[in-house]
Amino acid sequence: MEKLTMRRAMMFMPGNNPAMLQNAGIYGADTVIFDMEDSVAISEKDSARRLVHNAIKRLKYPCEVAIRINHIQTPYGLDDLKVVLPARPDLVRLPKAETAKDIQIVDEIISEAEEKNGFVPGSIKMMAAIETAKGLMNAYEVATASPRMVALAIGGEDFIADLKTSRTSHGNELFVPRGQLVLAARAAGIQAIDSVYTDINNEQGFIEETIRIKEMGFDGKSVVNPKQIRLVQEIFAPTEKEIAHAERVIAAYQDALARNSGVIAIDGKMIDTPIVTRAERVLAYAAAVRK
Amino acid sequence: MINSIGRIIPDQIKGIETIKPYQGPFALQPQGRSVGRKLGVNIPKSNKLLKSIEDAIDAAGLKDGMTISFHHHFRNGDYILNKVVETIAKKKIKNITLAPSSLNTVNESILPYLEQGVISAIETSGARGELGKFLTYGKLAKPTIIRSHGGRARAIESGELHIDVAFIGAACCDSFGNINGVNGPSACGSMGYAMVDAEYADTVIALTDNLVPHPIFPISIPQTQVDYIVELPSIGDPKGIASGALRISRNPRELLIAEFAAGVIEYSGYLKNGYSLQLGSGGASLAAARFIKEKMIAQKIKGSFGVGGVTAPFIEMLEEGLFEVLFDVQDFDIPSIESIKNNPRHLEMSASYYANPHNGGPIVNNLDVVILSATEVDVDFNVNVITDSNGEIMGASGGHCDTAAGANLSIVVAPLLRGRLPMVLDKVNTVVTPGETVDVIITERGIAVNPRRADLMDNLKNTWLPVMSIEEMQKMAYDLTGKPKEIEVSDDVVAVVEYRDGSIIDVVRRPL
Repeated sequence: MEKLTMRRAMMFMPGNNPAMLQNAGIYGADTVIFDMEDSVAISEKDSARRLVHNAIKRLKYPCEVAIRINHIQTPYGLDDLKVVLPARPDLVRLPKAETAKDIQIVDEIISEAEEKNGFVPGSIKMMAAIETAKGLMNAYEVATASPRMVALAIGGEDFIADLKTSRTSHGNELFVPRGQLVLAARAAGIQAIDSVYTDINNEQGFIEETIRIKEMGFDGKSVVNPKQIRLVQEIFAPTEKEIAHAERVIAAYQDALARNSGVIAIDGKMIDTPIVTRAERVLAYAAAVRK
Repeated sequence: MINSIGRIIPDQIKGIETIKPYQGPFALQPQGRSVGRKLGVNIPKSNKLLKSIEDAIDAAGLKDGMTISFHHHFRNGDYILNKVVETIAKKKIKNITLAPSSLNTVNESILPYLEQGVISAIETSGARGELGKFLTYGKLAKPTIIRSHGGRARAIESGELHIDVAFIGAACCDSFGNINGVNGPSACGSMGYAMVDAEYADTVIALTDNLVPHPIFPISIPQTQVDYIVELPSIGDPKGIASGALRISRNPRELLIAEFAAGVIEYSGYLKNGYSLQLGSGGASLAAARFIKEKMIAQKIKGSFGVGGVTAPFIEMLEEGLFEVLFDVQDFDIPSIESIKNNPRHLEMSASYYANPHNGGPIVNNLDVVILSATEVDVDFNVNVITDSNGEIMGASGGHCDTAAGANLSIVVAPLLRGRLPMVLDKVNTVVTPGETVDVIITERGIAVNPRRADLMDNLKNTWLPVMSIEEMQKMAYDLTGKPKEIEVSDDVVAVVEYRDGSIIDVVRRPL
């Protein structure tokens, strides 16, 4: 797991909108995802690729830069990769991933591009969006199909359609898929990212859903509007009490290391490795909070 | 000659008798005295009501070469200025100096009368659209004089701008000439700009579509200052005067700028009980109201007064008890008009009370914080709100330089880029507000503190706010857009930008 890479808020931006590309980095998202898939009309795919390529190459973004390509089984996915990879995005998000094979095909294309362009092998990461029941059944294989894989995301709207149900305010329809996705991601040692919340004017609904998915174990959420970024980040911020405890755990751990002792204890209570790992995670989230 | 901020001011400008170059915000010591209005007599039982604008023009003795004034509270719904100028043209009167408090796009219909020489000079706060273009290309006999709201009040009171006849649109007027702006189909709220004209013009003519029996209440302009009244079917289009509540922007970039502005205020040291605030009516400035309000509530802070240009978000803050009173020179939306009509803590003020630097004390001198917008800024913190990237007049000076000079903390908000254009330049095309009175420039990518304000820099540097130097901010813009070419201009001065004290801070030259 990439413990220190924050992906609390991953913001989608249409790849065919120059003004949005230009300003994508200013809102504080942990990751901006330049979309070439659903938000881009077929007639605009070509210009979106070129715009995204140039934006990544020319502009300095203060955050992780991802691209959402079209699925490689569509007529657009391979061209997306061909045009944009030479600009060296940090991350490629594959939508509608259903099999390990999907991941491996993209992985090979990325490897070729890295070699051809002189990039560090393996430096371009991947994440996959699970948007169907079939994909969810294969989620662990998808998650482990490539060492580039850093996260699984759930694509809520498509998943609901595939389940033949509909969105509710309480979110029961996605409770099981979300839970299974988190399990698969955790089993693979990568991050789990929740779906977008498309009703951008329903701030309370967004907050409630984000609290819920945080409790379920997700590492972050995809967002579609800049105003959702801060909300996610605030919800994922550890409490003062959690931070204080984590600091004590890490101090005890470092003390044990300095003494070459395998025994870590706070107030006479034994601390095991998972608690140390969790404390590191809490401090990483705390460090990412805007002061 | 070169003024103290390095702008080249011609030694002679057509139509300007004395060239006073700007030497600093408070360098100029005023001479002379205030002038008063012309004495007159009102015979008991006399009737001020005239049948038409023509009759009023005759009664006022308006003739070639005189100066007439208007107020712009009706904004883009104004019928008065256009109708009066049209009538003057019909009467074959020429060479009139038009001195409205500002001009809006609705006033474009007077363009033919500018071309025909009915109007030969303009002294105002600014102009937009086709009127702005017309003035930019020097088609009038003398350069346009651009004044701030405070500067205009000062010029009127000092006699520099002598108004022969003031035409006042009266949303409500009684038979003796008492006027207010809050009753009737053309309600516009505060009459702040018209108050100065009424007090100092030789002749004052009220034009109303809401003539009511004497006496009215409240009275904004008293009958003692009004000479004639004309009833008209309509004096304005309510849709153009005031919309429903001005809404806080949903534009994420404006919201980000607003959040930075609120953050700067929070950490500046000025956000405390009894502080005072002026908000602009621009998107980012209005959005800042939301964040400031949240901080005031969270920190249990109650301000002393707000100043405007008043809008619905400010009214909400007044009604929620976050400010004791509002001082109001102009209203922008219906909730503001309703408020000044009904809320005794919402106070009407004249433009002189608002911002005239040469009186006993304008309210801007009591301001702690003001948020202002900008068309361009430069690395010396100078601000342009008059000309666009083509050098054409497209804005208004308003209260910009007045409040920047008076407030303890003057914040200028602007996007770093507009389209493909950087907004932080080496030198702005036209200086309206000198950098020495600007404390902070906020864009969506960073916050630059004027090096003169080391105290403020200390307060802001260890916060989450992205503080950077103005040069870093400019580089960020130029990295994205490249450095723009300077506008090529001729030697012809088409407009003179006065600082609030009457000195010349800059001139607008005709673009080539």
